[in-house]
Amino acid sequence: MGTQAPEDVVERLRVEMHYDKPIFIQYYYWFKNVLRGNLGISLVTKHPVLEDISELFPATFEIALYAFIFIAVVGTAIGVFSARYSNSWVDNLGRIFAYFGIVTPQFVFAIMGMLLFCYVFKILPSMGRLDPTLTYPAKITGLITIDALLQGNFIVFFDALKHLILPVLSVGLGGMAQSTRITRTSVYNNMRKDFIAAAQSYGVPDRVIMFRDLLKVSMNPTVSILGLQFATTLSNAFLVELIFNWPGFARYGMTAMLQKDLNAISGVVLTVAIFVMLGNIFADIVNSFLDPRVYLLSTSKE
Amino acid sequence: MEKSLLEVKDLNLHYVVFGGSLKVLDGVNFRVGFKENIGIVGETGCGKTTTMKAIMRILGMTTAKISKGEILFKERDVLKMNEAEVQKFRRREISMIFQDPTAALNPVFSIKSQIYNVIKYSQGTEKKLTKKERKDLATKALSDVMLPDPERVLENYPIQLSGGMRQRVCIAMALLSDLDLLIADEPGTSLDVTIQDQILELLNELVRKKGISIILISHALGIIKNITHRTYVMYAGFMIEAAKTTELFSNPLHPYSKGLIASVPTLVGRGISNGIPGHIPNYSNPPLGCRFHPRCSYTMPICKVEKPPFLTVSDTHQVACWLFKKEGDKIGK
Amino acid sequence: MENSNILTIKNLKKYFFTQKGIVKAVNDIDISIKEGEILGLVGESGSGKTTVAYTVVGLYSPTSGEIIFRNQNIGNEGKNRSIKLKQEIQIVFQDPGTSLNPARNIYQILEVPLKVHGIKNRDKKIKELLQTVEIPEDYIHKYPQMIGGGERQMISIARALASNPSLLILDEPTSALDVSIQAKIINMLLQLQKNFNLSYLFITHDLSLMRNIASTVSIMYLGKICESAKCKEFFEKPLHPYTQMLLSSIPVLTDAEEDIKPKKVKSIGEIPSPVNIPSGCSFHSRCSKKMDICSKEDPIMAEISAGHFVRCHLFKQIEL
Ligand SMILES: Nc1ncnc2c1ncn2[C@@H]1O[C@H](COP(=O)(O)OP(=O)(O)OP(=O)(O)O)[C@@H](O)[C@H]1O
Ligand SMILES: Nc1ncnc2c1ncn2[C@@H]1O[C@H](COP(=O)(O)OP(=O)(O)OP(=O)(O)O)[C@@H](O)[C@H]1O
Ligand code: SF4
Ligand SMILES: [Mg+2]
Ligand SMILES: [Mg+2]
Repeated sequence: MGTQAPEDVVERLRVEMHYDKPIFIQYYYWFKNVLRGNLGISLVTKHPVLEDISELFPATFEIALYAFIFIAVVGTAIGVFSARYSNSWVDNLGRIFAYFGIVTPQFVFAIMGMLLFCYVFKILPSMGRLDPTLTYPAKITGLITIDALLQGNFIVFFDALKHLILPVLSVGLGGMAQSTRITRTSVYNNMRKDFIAAAQSYGVPDRVIMFRDLLKVSMNPTVSILGLQFATTLSNAFLVELIFNWPGFARYGMTAMLQKDLNAISGVVLTVAIFVMLGNIFADIVNSFLDPRVYLLSTSKE
Repeated sequence: MEKSLLEVKDLNLHYVVFGGSLKVLDGVNFRVGFKENIGIVGETGCGKTTTMKAIMRILGMTTAKISKGEILFKERDVLKMNEAEVQKFRRREISMIFQDPTAALNPVFSIKSQIYNVIKYSQGTEKKLTKKERKDLATKALSDVMLPDPERVLENYPIQLSGGMRQRVCIAMALLSDLDLLIADEPGTSLDVTIQDQILELLNELVRKKGISIILISHALGIIKNITHRTYVMYAGFMIEAAKTTELFSNPLHPYSKGLIASVPTLVGRGISNGIPGHIPNYSNPPLGCRFHPRCSYTMPICKVEKPPFLTVSDTHQVACWLFKKEGDKIGK
Repeated sequence: MENSNILTIKNLKKYFFTQKGIVKAVNDIDISIKEGEILGLVGESGSGKTTVAYTVVGLYSPTSGEIIFRNQNIGNEGKNRSIKLKQEIQIVFQDPGTSLNPARNIYQILEVPLKVHGIKNRDKKIKELLQTVEIPEDYIHKYPQMIGGGERQMISIARALASNPSLLILDEPTSALDVSIQAKIINMLLQLQKNFNLSYLFITHDLSLMRNIASTVSIMYLGKICESAKCKEFFEKPLHPYTQMLLSSIPVLTDAEEDIKPKKVKSIGEIPSPVNIPSGCSFHSRCSKKMDICSKEDPIMAEISAGHFVRCHLFKQIEL
């Protein structure tokens, strides 16, 4: 509306948007609308926020999902190996790598990765989700890789994958470093337990012991951390999306913040919050499957 | 000399710990003959379990390091076996019943999945069992060790079982595979004597039927007396006395063995003795000479400087103590 | 008369509800422990001894029945016990390996109860505790998995003693220890008992040990007490067939002991399950003196002579 707007117009708008009411009444109106699926209109794009978000979210979710899988699988595997070969070069390398990963901000990875792979070696694309010469597959889930797979379009699939590599790694490295360290500590503590020696004594191969017996007892702290990290990957995408010019909702949120677009900001925050909640609930459920003691003790003692 | 099934020669082992090492085994020597039941007794923390784990080569995931010694099983050195040989050795020739059944069962797997896993690997890959055969095998293994309703036990997780039930599950798993040598580390501690009796009977039957040998570690000297032929007394990482079991209990020679046997509570009800004064040495800095000398009431000057060798007192009795050195004895093995 | 009991358990039941049926782990038992007494609770594995112990310390809430501690019924309080009560009743667990937190060193393990119970001057107290259980002081930096099973159990005992309890429940505290250390611990426990007038509920399988320290011995079988008597009488005149089977199976070292044991009763029969308890007397499936009535009717506890109780059809209540 600009700073030049006449007083009465501003006043009318204030009343219309309930800005004249106390803060908790405002909250009430906002919440009532949210429950109805109405997040208001973005002041910048002039579209309903919900529409904007559902349009842009899949792009971000694609990064977050792959980053999360990367964190969970690679992080845990390196953790197990570092514990098994503790204080060997594997462990030391893992440790250096982890500290590096934890202290370095995501955007540094993004920029360095971009310089190295896009400009020096020229093997990875630097912008967007898909090569401009290709057309997006018909929207089913909104995740290009999955949509392409579902439609059997492998050219698009591989191209989308190529575009994902750098953003996913930049978002995921920090989290992976964390889950590596946590898994390592937990596995390391369980490794000396008698049940591991017992499993060895029955002739169970080391490989099976590591990834079956040892991993299941040690996963508890890792899963809890993963639950938190699921949402963290979303918020980590913010700067990374800007760098890679990724048409996702993080970039949308970023713009909204810079423009003080309140409705859009609260929409983005709400989405992240929902994911924080889902992540934690999911972690608790997985944990009670992994470790029967959690529910056995709470039920049998009653 | 008759052939041995197992011979441990001068085994030295230490655990690497933060800021140093614990020299836990200091030249362990012993042998087990074919179809022979051996007892090992000794103070808590003297290294019995560690020795047995070293024999099975299952210390790999701990910080233990073997610095010296040989473990000959049927004349092959276990320490020099490659990975495939070790697996075969563990699956076909040797089994161990672990001391603390709660620690030896994985808390996050049901008994069923733990037993099935053992069946899968110990039975080898050549025989593919059907689901039913596998279940029957597991159920039978559990009822063999006198567990009431094995079906329930299979579905349970370790915390849902009593201590004695867990112990029997461990015994059942150890007996599932073929074996020539059974290491039983305190197999009866959490069982009442009637069940203990039945389990020992089961072990005896195995000995009779399959001709296996047993190493029995126990603090219950009565059990040792009932089922072993020969017994070793261990103290702070080495064997201090070896004798025919009956001879050991009627005529212990080493000052430690004497104290140990005097500490057994009796049914006659004479009260409880005071035990042996002092405690097991600190392994990061163990005493020189005889490791028992700080606690011994007969200590002589030589005890503080030189480790006593295994002296032969009679055909069936050896002891590592300077008190029994006779004039003209050759020093050495 | 009632007042001299530190702990009275009346009609205590504790059932576990599992997918495979109801486990009647403790099925209507009465136990009383006098101030300064050692009650030996002996019984088959899985007969419910640990469950009794857990219920008394409040880790399990009873299904029904009363637990009376110094005239105060504490059964219903379950986990919500006051700190005071928790200080008074302490437990030493059966498995030294798993009851200590592997992520804490000995100092931290011993510090926890001292902190909880607000005891000052903790460094000194920890040193004293270690001395009482004869563990060298430099162990405070070690972690449980680094020390032998026996040493761990001593730490558990030290931890239980930290809050100066008056009733100590010992669940097989020495079954992992060698006899010489067992002797030392027992002597220490006896000494502590004298000095502070402690009472012990001592759970064990070792009848020879009970012979030497218990004031009263109770035998448990499948969730029920089947015989209970003063120690001397119990060993001289065991009555219940299960008790006789137990005593005759004790492995002993000397001939003198062999002579005291009842004639060998061979252990036979399947051990019944607590889900599916046999009808009548629960021991009848293994009993060598079984009569017709045994499989039909559950015997009731009878006082055969003063303070000697037996639950078996072979014996009838004396006229008092
Ligand atoms: N993983 C480990 N790391 C460091 N030290 C260890 C480890 N395992 C055992 N030890 C030490 O080795 C010594 C011997 O332990 P071991 O378990 O072999 O004794 P034990 O004779 O079996 O005793 P017990 O009768 O109590 O079973 C103990 O003093 C213990 O502190
Ligand atoms: N949390 C639980 N859930 C289900 N069943 C249980 C649970 N705890 C114990 N039980 C069952 O209750 C019965 C009694 O167990 P308890 O541990 O009290 O025996 P115990 O007398 O201490 O035996 P032991 O001498 O072997 O330690 C067993 O059949 C056991 O399987
Ligand atoms: S060698 Fe010496 S110190 Fe060792 S036991 Fe014999 S007399 Fe005692
Ligand atoms: Mg041991
Ligand atoms: Mg128990």
